[in-house]
Amino acid sequence: MSRRPLVRVCPPTTWYFRQPRYLRYMSREITSIFVGAYCVLLVVALQRLAAGQAAWEGFLLALQSPLSIVFHLLALVAAVYHAATWFNATQKAMPVQIGEDFLPGNVISGAHYVAWVVLSCVVLFLAGVF
Amino acid sequence: MAKSHKPVVWFPFAAGGTVIAFFIPVIVLLTSMAALGHVPDGLTYERMHAFAGSALGKLVIISVVALSLWSSAHRLRCTCFDFGLRADKAVATVLYLAAVAGSVAAAVYLLRI
Amino acid sequence: MKQRVVQLEVLRYNPDTDSEASFQRYEVVCQDEWVVLDALNKVKESIDPTLNYRWSCHMAVCGSCGMMINGEPKLACHAFLRDYEGVIRIEPLAHFPIERDLVTAPDDFMEKLKRVKPYLIPKEKKSLSDGEHRQTPAQLMKFRQYSMCINCMLCYAACPEYGLDPEFVGPAALTLAHRYNQDSRDGGRLARQEVVATHEGVWTCTFVGACSEVCPAHVDPASALQQMKITSSIDWIVEHLIPGGKA
Repeated sequence: MSRRPLVRVCPPTTWYFRQPRYLRYMSREITSIFVGAYCVLLVVALQRLAAGQAAWEGFLLALQSPLSIVFHLLALVAAVYHAATWFNATQKAMPVQIGEDFLPGNVISGAHYVAWVVLSCVVLFLAGVF
Repeated sequence: MAKSHKPVVWFPFAAGGTVIAFFIPVIVLLTSMAALGHVPDGLTYERMHAFAGSALGKLVIISVVALSLWSSAHRLRCTCFDFGLRADKAVATVLYLAAVAGSVAAAVYLLRI
Repeated sequence: MKQRVVQLEVLRYNPDTDSEASFQRYEVVCQDEWVVLDALNKVKESIDPTLNYRWSCHMAVCGSCGMMINGEPKLACHAFLRDYEGVIRIEPLAHFPIERDLVTAPDDFMEKLKRVKPYLIPKEKKSLSDGEHRQTPAQLMKFRQYSMCINCMLCYAACPEYGLDPEFVGPAALTLAHRYNQDSRDGGRLARQEVVATHEGVWTCTFVGACSEVCPAHVDPASALQQMKITSSIDWIVEHLIPGGKA
């Protein structure tokens, strides 16, 4: 009896529909499109800032367009989803061993969330939001 | 196969991903407020110009922008591969060049302030 | 004892007669508390003795009975019928060639296991008269989790990057390398880096995390690979950016 193994091909463009966890992974990866686009917006903002007061205020006004508002909503969701998945993932990359025990993963992730909230509040305070 | 030079692109990706996670959400929140017509005091021309004019401000801004651009570019490169776009070298070149171009542009604008 | 009638849709492939695989439906009377493996055994016993599949311990320690159950990589002895409704679709483990019916060809996995030097390369040569290597409980805990792998290959079936790039050394093999790297008795990390730090080593991994989600032994291969990405990156900096630096 000879071997004649059958090779099943993994569909290269639709494999992520096979399991819900793959779709969650792709959602996480797609945040890079919106975050990247937002960073491009930041570069544009810097150009406007360097071009003087009129240019900067024109930029702030342009931010108020409906397209900009929709983009900001998407960018905010993407950024928050990136942050949450990043903090949850970090615990895997940095196990903290104390004696024979390990610090529970959610303590490490939790510390990141706390730092995130604190940092965000500091930035909001410096920006005069409160 | 020889040991990979992936760390060259991965280390900045990891640093950038951390920067994005901690800082981008709140920055998006700030420009969102501006988009809704409530410009926070810190986003006025005087305050922003003063911040970007300082050495510390320049350092903070370029670090956040450059690392975030690079991290997004790397993740997008991997995502393209996952979506079935197999020309990895071409995709990588385009995306990393774009990230570097954006960072250089940001630096140039910052130096004008 | 309660019974239920279960419908199984099993992928069949006979290398002697078939050019492609096709599904076959079986209707089996099962006990409520049975696992999928019990249902398959009932099929083989009383309905279709030509059905082929691997199994051994029936208690999730040998790693033989890995298969796709409703599209999810699982051990057949670890998949309880009470958790399933309707027709249960059973296919051989994904990303491996089918030998026959539910039996896959694990050759690629076996070769990769060997490639990572999965044995102790002692830090210091010790003769028998020197006595044994001593290890504290804390030193044991550093690698113990990663030693629990039962080589069931569910992680390879779950990993999409392995599915897209079969050159990938893969979760279990790389985690085994990490297990030895973390062992205080071992001094072979740099030797293993020749496999770990290559493109098809850790760098194909994009931290999907599916491997850790499906692992029946709670090994958490994803964490091992991320830790090795960090050490590999530090190695690279030492080797390339620090004059005279050797990892």
